[in-house]
Amino acid sequence: MSAPVKNPETQVRRPDEPLFKRLTRQQLFIPVAALALLVLFNLIADPSFFAVSINQNSLGNPVLSGNMVSVLDNASELVILSIGMTLVTASSGGQDISVGATMAIAGSVILRMVCGGQVTADTMQTPLILAVLAGVLATMLCGAFNGTLVAYFKIQPMVATLIMYTAGRSIAAWINNNQLPIINDLGFKYAGTFLPGVPVPTPIFITVLVILAFWLILKFTTLGLYTQSVGINANSSRLNGLDPKLIKLLTYVILGVCVALAGFIRVSRSGSINYSRMAENIEMDAILAVALGGNALSGGKFNIYGSILGAYVIQFLTTTLYKYDVPSTALPAYKAVVVILLVVLSAPVVREKLASMKKAPAKAAKEVS
Amino acid sequence: MPNGIAVDKQGRLKERAAMSDTTLLLTITIVVFFILYLAAILFLGGSFTKPQNFLNILNNNASLIVLSCGMSIVMITGGIDISVGGVTCLVCMTCAVNLEQQGGNMLTVILIGLGIGLAFGVVQGFLVAHLGIQPFIVSLAGMFFAKGMTTIVSKEPVRVTNEGFLAVKDMRINVPGLGAPNKLGVYIPAYVEVGVVIALLMVILLFCLLRWTGLGRAFYAVGGNNQSANMLGINVRRTKFLAHVLCSVLAGLGGVLYFLHVGSGDVANGAGDEMNAIASSIIGGTLLTGGVGNVIGTFFGVLSLNTIKRIVASLGFDEAWWSNITVAAMLCLFLVIQSVVLLRRNKK
Repeated sequence: MSAPVKNPETQVRRPDEPLFKRLTRQQLFIPVAALALLVLFNLIADPSFFAVSINQNSLGNPVLSGNMVSVLDNASELVILSIGMTLVTASSGGQDISVGATMAIAGSVILRMVCGGQVTADTMQTPLILAVLAGVLATMLCGAFNGTLVAYFKIQPMVATLIMYTAGRSIAAWINNNQLPIINDLGFKYAGTFLPGVPVPTPIFITVLVILAFWLILKFTTLGLYTQSVGINANSSRLNGLDPKLIKLLTYVILGVCVALAGFIRVSRSGSINYSRMAENIEMDAILAVALGGNALSGGKFNIYGSILGAYVIQFLTTTLYKYDVPSTALPAYKAVVVILLVVLSAPVVREKLASMKKAPAKAAKEVS
Repeated sequence: MPNGIAVDKQGRLKERAAMSDTTLLLTITIVVFFILYLAAILFLGGSFTKPQNFLNILNNNASLIVLSCGMSIVMITGGIDISVGGVTCLVCMTCAVNLEQQGGNMLTVILIGLGIGLAFGVVQGFLVAHLGIQPFIVSLAGMFFAKGMTTIVSKEPVRVTNEGFLAVKDMRINVPGLGAPNKLGVYIPAYVEVGVVIALLMVILLFCLLRWTGLGRAFYAVGGNNQSANMLGINVRRTKFLAHVLCSVLAGLGGVLYFLHVGSGDVANGAGDEMNAIASSIIGGTLLTGGVGNVIGTFFGVLSLNTIKRIVASLGFDEAWWSNITVAAMLCLFLVIQSVVLLRRNKK
């Protein structure tokens, strides 16, 4: 469909290559370099950015606070989403733009379950685990809907998920009859804030668990291999006995599970929901995380650790900008500039140009001698 | 006999009347629109029978028509541009500030609109065509940038009181032959706003551009298969670049039309218009894979989208969520129809 893609990440080992060049060939170079730059900038501008202290929160629990903790904490939803998004990108060569809207659906379902249909509830009406399972089921259905359109009707992923993107938040409002349920049970908020007596925010634990789970799945099942093979060439994987349609559908359903977890964390932070503003634009951040992680948005090979790192880079950038009093509404403009810089630097054409520029003076020097 | 070729009575070869994908999808769109509107007139009657009601769809969506046409062109070349809503918003805000605080006039407003569009188009087009970055990521950054810049230009909504501007804004062009008596029996002619005339002119211009110029045909060729386009001697990069420039300039113009319609600068202006434009293009028969599409179809796409919204509202489902859900359902229906139709054709 497009011109032959030169993959800069082809990791051919050439021992005589200079170290710097070997580093820049690595897939993780861009996110790591971006992270290093951000850390360096903060170290020089104001080292107190990294200060972590233990404070008492309103319940009298000792809790960790500081910018680094908030980066790790606030990035949780994004990290979980970016894992699922990576799989979807790899298998179908497109992105799911409905994750923010389906997060709202998950949140709405969970809140409806725990509030038992009332507008405010002081105790949970349904066991938390059941509510979360219902949320997971709802988003898995959304994922299956998207996946069916993509895999069986061969609609481009971005267009297919545009349907859910348009309808998702409205469905979320509809589930709760357009009311905004509020739950005041502390037990519900454990997942989004702190467990009693534990100073580390719970979302960090959930994120680590999810990353561990995916590490195990990718290590001990053929999911990763099959996803890549479908993404690289669906026809030849079919000839090799795989069912590309089913695998594409499966990745969308897996993304659905990730979305439900992210939605759960988000509603459990505040115990309430705002349908139109909840997780606004998070789909864009998740896609950016995948791209920043050095994954080709056209599908094929993937590296979920790159995406995870990318997600943390985005959150780090956001937190840094907040620290320098950038208003939240103007934030996207700064983000856009950084994003463009990063993608321009990682574009194959630019990399080749830079490489040849470096070579040219060396050649000239040789000719003179 | 080879498929698609027939011999007429004089023995000359001529193309069989097989429809191209573009024509087929266009036909579906137009038929669906007329069925929708006829059904609305027959079963709902009331306001749908008044010509002004139909013209109001145009009045409210002049900017969306222009945006969607630009979007269709980028989609025909196989790209996408989701920055158009953001550009609309930025243009509205900048124009409002220019009129209110810097003493601008209509000319500066138009120049600002086209200038902002051109700037976005050149940068995005360069990144997409010459550096080979994915259009989605580039225009995503464009959207972020435009929305962020809007709040940097002004956080507060700006309401325009400039007289010269308001004169143009409230200018009404009566459509001869259409109109209806109001409750007092006074005949009220149906009108359109200035923006509609500009939008319709743009649709016709772009239709001619796509149909009869080398550049227009190059858009289709590049979208259909850019390697064979390259072998035919088409400059693929330049074509893609121009498609993005054209789309963003149209977005700038769309911004001016939006501004002419609402007459204020607000951060919420044009919110979600990128998705409306994509939806209209798709309903109008443009495929995201490129190479297939038509601005006339897109025009009917905008009309269908808004007709269905009105039908839903007049059925009594006036809660905000129903409109979104029906639009999504309609999008879904069209996608599935297109997909089934095209899959069948490809199998033959």
